[in-house]
Formats: sequence, C-alpha cells, structure tokens
Amino acid sequence: MSTPLAAQPVLRLQNLTRVHGSGATEVHALRGIDLDVHPGELVAVMGPSGSGKSTLLTIAGGLDTPTSGQVVVEGTDITTAGVKELAALRRRSVGYVFQDYNLIPALTAAENVSLPRELDGMSARKARVEALAALEEMGLGHLADRFPDEMSGGQQQRVAIARALVGDRRLVLADEPTGALDSETGESVLALLRARCDAGAAGVLVTHEPRFAAWADRVVFLRDGAIVDQTVRSEADSLLTGRVAEA
Amino acid sequence: MSIRHGLLALLEHGPRYGSQLRTEFESRTGSTWPLNVGQVYTTLGRLERDGLVAQNGEDGAGHALYAITDAGRTELRTWFERPVDRTSPARDELAIKLAMAVGAPGVDIREVIQSQRRHTVKAMQDYTRLKAQALTALEGTGSRERDDIAWLLVLEQLIFQTEAEARWLDHCESRLIRLSATAPPPTAAAHAPASERGPGNTGARPGPGAGTGGGGVGAGSGVAPGGRAEGRAR
Repeated sequence: MSTPLAAQPVLRLQNLTRVHGSGATEVHALRGIDLDVHPGELVAVMGPSGSGKSTLLTIAGGLDTPTSGQVVVEGTDITTAGVKELAALRRRSVGYVFQDYNLIPALTAAENVSLPRELDGMSARKARVEALAALEEMGLGHLADRFPDEMSGGQQQRVAIARALVGDRRLVLADEPTGALDSETGESVLALLRARCDAGAAGVLVTHEPRFAAWADRVVFLRDGAIVDQTVRSEADSLLTGRVAEA
Repeated sequence: MSIRHGLLALLEHGPRYGSQLRTEFESRTGSTWPLNVGQVYTTLGRLERDGLVAQNGEDGAGHALYAITDAGRTELRTWFERPVDRTSPARDELAIKLAMAVGAPGVDIREVIQSQRRHTVKAMQDYTRLKAQALTALEGTGSRERDDIAWLLVLEQLIFQTEAEARWLDHCESRLIRLSATAPPPTAAAHAPASERGPGNTGARPGPGAGTGGGGVGAGSGVAPGGRAEGRAR
C-alpha cells in the first residue's frame, strides 16, 4: 500500500514464508508476508495466538531465518548476509523489546543501555554518555545507576526501549511489550514507543491488546500466517469535530 | 435523559442563556454529542415547565437567562448519586447484526466480523491519536482546565468502548471456530427451517442454539474467500 512517508523503508519483508517441520507435521507459520515499515511509522501486528505474530518478529530481527522470501533491514538483505554481517546489523540497526524486559540483572540501567554500543567497539565512556542521553529521553535519567530489580516493571521496560534505540538504531521490534504491565503503565510505555517513532524510528509492535495496537499508525491483522487486512489511522486534523483543530 | 441533566449541571455554575449552554456542553464533551440550539431551548422549556429552572432576566446583550431552582439542584444531586441504568440494554446494531448473521444464507460471518474489526480498530486508532494530543496538551501546559479533563475522560470512554467491541469480535471469531470444529457433521437437517430442528433449539436464547444446528455456525466459515479459507486446517 502507498504511504506518504519517506521512500526508503527501514524494514521490508517480501513474500516471507516460514515452514516448521516437513511432511505430515509441516506447519506453515508464515505464508507470503509483504510488509514495509518506514521511518516514523509504528506498525502493530495483531492476531490470535498461533497466527504467526512472533515468528514474523523474530524473522524480521534476524533471530530466525525464513523458508523463503527476503528481509531487508536498512537496505541490506539479512537472509543472504554472512554471520558476521548479520551480527553487526542486529547490533547496530535493530532493537528488541520483550514482554519480560530481558535486562541483565547484574548491570545498572545505564550499563544495560550502553552494552550494545560497547559490544560494537565504542569506548565505555562514550557509550555511557550515549546511554545517559537515551535514558534521559525516556525520563529515566535519575534511575541510571539503579539495577533492574530496584526498578518497577514500567521503568524496566522503558530502559529496554532506551536500549533498543540507543545510538543510530532506527528499528525497534517489540513483542507484547506491555504484557507484564498494568493497564496504565502499559499505556505510558506505548506512548513512549509512539514518541520514539514520531522522532523518526520505525517500530513493529506485536500485541493482542487492541487498546495498545491503537497507538500505531497502521494495524495489520494476521490470520494463519497471512495478512488478511489492515487499517490506517486518519490523518485529518479533526475527527469528531472542530475541537482539536482549534487547539 | 442526559441533555436535561447536562444542562442542569452547567446551570449550577450560574445563570446562562441557550447558545451559551450549547457551547459549554460541547466544549465539555469535545462535541462528541453535538447539540443544536433548538434542542437546548426545547429542553430548557421542559425544565422550566417541571420547575427545575426559571427565567432569570436578560444579560446586557438581551439574551434570556435561565437559572437552576432548588428543585433543579435536588434533581441534579439525585442524578449524580443514581447509577446509570444498565439493566435494560440499549439496542445494539452490531449485536443484532451478528445474531442475524449466524447461519444466514450467503453471509460469511467471519467477513462480517473482520470488516467490523477493521472499522472498530481504526476508530480506536483515531481516538487514541486525539487522546495523545489531549494528554500532551494537559501535560505540556500543566493546564487543569475543567473542559480539557472532561474531554479526556470522554475520549477514554470511547476508547474503552471500542476496545470492548474489538475484544468481543475476537471472542466471537474464536467461539465460532471452536463451535464449528466440534460440531457434528452437517446433515440435511441443518438446512431445514429452525422449527424442524427439534424442541431443543427453539429456546429464546440464541447462543447455545447456534451450535446445535451444526450447519448454522459452520455456514460462513467453510466458504471464506481468498486467503482466509486455506489457513483453517490447524
């Protein structure tokens, strides 16, 4: 579908299929998925369990390989990239946010966020400066030296988003990021993800919660491994009436 | 009725004239339920008839002002204290549509569900965008304007309402899949008029009866067009 956003997508999935097993036990987890995600765009993927949402996300992030089709991240096809190239791309271009935060418990918030940068060869000092800036953007500057178990779930998830987007990374893949959070905290995490996308990141959000999916620009419905429908939010200034236009 | 009480609530802040009430009502609810001036004056007329408001002179520009009476204040208190009645649900077109779609010839109920889901989720996206703007306005300016807060509450009600609908649609879909998966194989009886299906299926409740017909629930799901049908093997 056409979108008014910048030409080059950050993520492009082309005719993606994933088959688990073979013969009688063959399962088609994904059947011919096409999806582009542009800078500034947050796409939500909704579907019942078993519809292929998480498979889509793990393949988009290079954590699993498709049976056929292409995964292009920032112009590079990761399905044909070498092991080293893939590792570097995952480190530099893609950030993950999981339901259970996946922060390293022995590291502080700042250390968790700077870790991917240090692994990428950046000096510890420079990485810390970047990490502090990223945490500051999340409103977490004051928690930089806390350990994960000294933070609430919502704070940990915000650290995870900071880690996902530290440095030049523009693609954040979030798998049920609000799953372990109460409704209001979940919403603030979504608002933050939305804000990062408004600032230029590209996001893919897998969720079964319509209220969280509603923060996305586009909601894609997955059924049995195929995209069956999608919806785009209005760009009109006033939706209900003139009230917002006058604000 | 809510316009009546809405006007009483606004008049409790002091005497007002008709179009002023209309503006304030809409500003409090984000014009979600637009009023026309005619409605406002008709309602004021009835409130006056019932002794809940009284005419109260004119303002400088010659607008007839209305003021709340003591009886009006009592009525307003009672309104705030009494829960809104949910025991006699309003007619819901979507529920009626799905009820009618069960086993309707030539209707794929899953298509009906999906097209509604698309519409409902899109409405949620739009409301959520308005809400994000409203939140930014409230947080950015530190404003605690009564109208801004009221508008946020109304918007969130719309979001929760559409969310409930989207969840219910998801539930309907999986319910239908489960029922059609466990249904006995369709027989000729499945296509017979309901009256011939036996005494067990003539009850007033549509829910359980839908499954027993076998063909009733499965009618739509077997003929899903395009990519929808092939995935049903699991």
